[in-house]
Amino acid sequence: MQEYRMHLMLCAGTGCVSNRAFDIEKAFNRELEKHNLQNEIKVIDTGCQGFCERGPIMIVQPGDIFYEMLDEKDIPYLVEEHFLKGRPVEKHMYVPKDGEVPIPKLSDIGFFKKQKLIALANRGLINPENIDEYIGREGYTALAKVLTEMTPEEVIKEVKDSGLRGRGGGGFSTGMKWGFAHNSPGDEKYIICNADEGDPGAFMDRSIVESDPHVILEGMAIGAFAIGASHGFIYVRDEYPLAVERINKAIKDAREYGLLGDDIFGTGFEFDVSVNRGAGAFVCGEETSLIASLEGNMPEPRVRPPYPAVAGYKGKPTNINNVETWANIRHIINRGAAWYSSIGTETSKGTKVFSLVGKVNNTGLVEVPMGISVRDIIFDIGGGVMNGKKFKAVQTGGPSGGCIPESLLDTPVGYDTFAAIGSIVGSGGMIVMDEDNCMVEVARYFLAFTQAESCGKCTPCREGTRHMLDILTRITEGKGKEEDIDILLEMSELIGATSLCALGATAPNPVLTTIKYFRDEYEAHIKEGKCPAKECKALIQYTILPDKCTGCTLCARDCPVNAIAGERKGIHIIDPEVCVKCGICKAVCNFDAVRIES
Amino acid sequence: MIKYVLNGNIIEQEETTTILESASIQGIKIPTLCNNEHLTPFGGCRLCLVDVATEKNPDMKKLMPSCTAKIGEGLIIDTHSPKVIQSRRFILAMLISRSPKAEELRSIAKEIGLPEESSKQTAAEKYLFNDAPSIVNTNCILCGLCVRACAEIPMRDAISFSARGMERTVKTPFEKYAETCIGCGSCAYVCPTNTITIEEVV
Repeated sequence: MQEYRMHLMLCAGTGCVSNRAFDIEKAFNRELEKHNLQNEIKVIDTGCQGFCERGPIMIVQPGDIFYEMLDEKDIPYLVEEHFLKGRPVEKHMYVPKDGEVPIPKLSDIGFFKKQKLIALANRGLINPENIDEYIGREGYTALAKVLTEMTPEEVIKEVKDSGLRGRGGGGFSTGMKWGFAHNSPGDEKYIICNADEGDPGAFMDRSIVESDPHVILEGMAIGAFAIGASHGFIYVRDEYPLAVERINKAIKDAREYGLLGDDIFGTGFEFDVSVNRGAGAFVCGEETSLIASLEGNMPEPRVRPPYPAVAGYKGKPTNINNVETWANIRHIINRGAAWYSSIGTETSKGTKVFSLVGKVNNTGLVEVPMGISVRDIIFDIGGGVMNGKKFKAVQTGGPSGGCIPESLLDTPVGYDTFAAIGSIVGSGGMIVMDEDNCMVEVARYFLAFTQAESCGKCTPCREGTRHMLDILTRITEGKGKEEDIDILLEMSELIGATSLCALGATAPNPVLTTIKYFRDEYEAHIKEGKCPAKECKALIQYTILPDKCTGCTLCARDCPVNAIAGERKGIHIIDPEVCVKCGICKAVCNFDAVRIES
Repeated sequence: MIKYVLNGNIIEQEETTTILESASIQGIKIPTLCNNEHLTPFGGCRLCLVDVATEKNPDMKKLMPSCTAKIGEGLIIDTHSPKVIQSRRFILAMLISRSPKAEELRSIAKEIGLPEESSKQTAAEKYLFNDAPSIVNTNCILCGLCVRACAEIPMRDAISFSARGMERTVKTPFEKYAETCIGCGSCAYVCPTNTITIEEVV
C-alpha cells in the first residue's frame, strides 16, 4: 500500500460539492503533479465535515490545519506555500471576527471545540466510498463482536442500558423497541432505516448517509441480529442523490466483502439490505406511513396499535429506526452501555446531531452531548447571530417543534427539558431567528408547511391545520380579529389531542410556543395593525428619510415597479400605492436613508 | 375473560373486540362517520374518540379511536367525558364547516350536543360555523367508506383517494370511466352524506 506523508481531507459533502469542491480537487491534483508531490501528498474526498457555512473546506493531516472557502484560483499558491515551503496560508484560515487573528488548527476553532462526535465519529476522517477506510476505523468490529460473542438478548440489553432514545423525533427507548420486535412471534421480520428526512432546514441524516454509509449498514445488521430479521430496507429520499449513490456503493462493497449476504463472518447469520427511494412526503417520517409507502401504497399513517413491532411491513414484525439512531449502535456495542450512558443527562443519554441554520454565523452540522445549553450551541459553537443583530428565538425540532425565546436559552438539550418548555428535540433542526423575524410569520410559515404536507386522512390534521393557517394568514395581513388568539389556542389543543399521527398532533407546536412567548407580537398585529419586527408586508411601509437622502437616484433606478420619484440631487419619495415592498431600495441605499415603518 | 371499566361500570367480556363494538353491546352509542362493521377500520374521521386509561395509571388518559382500539384487561374507558365531548364537537364543527349542506352531519351534531346557536358555541366553533371561508364545494367528508367498500366487497378498486391534505378527493383512476366498476352501488350505499349517486347507463 502506498504511503503518503500528508493527506488533504477535502470535504465532499453536498454543500461543499455545490461550491465546486470537485473542481478544487482537480486543481490540487494538477498542482501536486506539477511539483512532483503526487506520491507524497494525497487528496481524499471525505463526507460532510459540518462547517457548511465556510465551504469548501479542507483539513491537512497531520497538522490539523483547517482551510475554508477554498477557491480554485488560490490552489497553486496554497500548494507552493504550504506543501513545498511549509508555510500554512493565512488567507484561507478561519477568522472568528473581522480583525481577529486567524486560527490555524481545527481543534482550536470554537465551532469544533465543544462538539463531541459519536454518530459523526468518522467525520472528515474517511472516504465514504472506500469500505477499507471504514474498516480501518474499527468498522464492522461491533458486528463481528455481536455475531461471535453475544446473544440477541444481550445485544438488546446493551442498547437498552445505554439509554439511547430514538433520534428521529419520537425519543422512544431504542432498546425497548428492539425488545418488542424481538419478542414478537414470527419467522419473517424486517428492519428499516428511516432516511426520509423532511424537516425544513435539517440535514443530519443526509450528511450521515453521505459521509459514513457503512455505519448505518453495520447498525442495521446488529439490529437485524437482535430482533431476528434477515432483510432490511433503507428508505431514503430521492432528493438526496449523493446519499442514494453512496449507500448503494456501500451495500455493493459490503456484499463483496461478505459483510452483507449469507453466512456473515461464517456464523450462519444472513442479512441483506435494499434501498427504497422516497418521493419526498413529509408524512413518510411517520413509521406506519413509511411502511405503507414501502409496500407500494399511499403514504398514510394508520392507527397504532398494532405497532410495527407486531405488524409492520407486509404485516410482519418490523423495527424502524432513524439514521442517527443506527449510527450510534456500533459505538454502544464496542464501548459499552456504561460508557454511552455516562454522556448526557439523567433521561437523555449520549449526543445529538443538530443542523444549525438560520441567522447564525456558523451554519452547519454539530454533534453535542445531551445536556449542553442551547446558548452554548448558538453562541459558542454557532458564533452568535449574524450581522450583530439581536437574538430573538430558536425553533427546534422543525415544524413539529417550538420556539425557544432568549429567556430560556440556558435550557439544557434533552427530550424532557425541551418538552417542558413546549418544544421538542425532534430530528435535530435548529433554526435561529433574530430581531427582524416576525414570530407570527414564523408560526404561519411552519403551519403552511405542515398543512401542505398533511396527508388528509384524519379530520383534525386536514381541516384543522387549514383553518389555523387561514387565521394566521389573516393576522399577518392585518385582518386579525380580537378572538383569533383564543381560536388558535383552542384549535391547537384539540388538533394536538385528536390527530391520528404525530404530524397533526405536533403541528400546532410552533403556534402554541409563539403565542406563549411572543403574545405581544400577535396582539400588535391584531389590535394595532402593526408588525413589530417589520416583516409582514401588509403592515409595513417603506419611506425615504429626507435628511439622509442625497438624491443619488440609485433606489429609483433599481426599483422594479418604478415606485420611486425624485430628481438627481433632490429628495426621493416612494409612492406607497405602487410600492410592492420588495426591499431592494433599502438594500441598495448607501446612505441608510430608506426606513421601514409599521 | 376480559375485565375492564366502561363509563364507571365493570364489564366482563369473553372475546376481544373493538371498544366501539363492546360499547355497542352495552347499549352505548358512540358516533362515527368512517366506520362500518363489514369493512376494515380506518380511524380517520376521529369522531369516535374515547378516553382510555389503565388501572395502573388512571390519570394518564389518552384519546383513542374506538373503531380501531381494542378492549383490554384493566382498561378504564370513558366514552362521554368532557374532553371526549369537546373533541367530538370540534371534529364535527370542522366537518360541518367543510360540508355545510350535509344533513347527516347536522343530525349527529344534535345527538352529541353541538349547538348551532353562536351564544352556546366555543370560540373555535363560532369561527367554524360563521367565519371560516368555504373552500371545497362538496358533501364528501373523505371518510373513505366508498373506497374501502369498492376494494373489499366487489373487490374492484374502481375508486381511490387522490392527492393529499385539503386537495384530497375520491376519484376513479386518472379520472376516467373506471373499467373495473360493475355498477354494484356499494359505494353509494355506504356513503354517509349521500354524495355518490347511481345513474342508469343506457
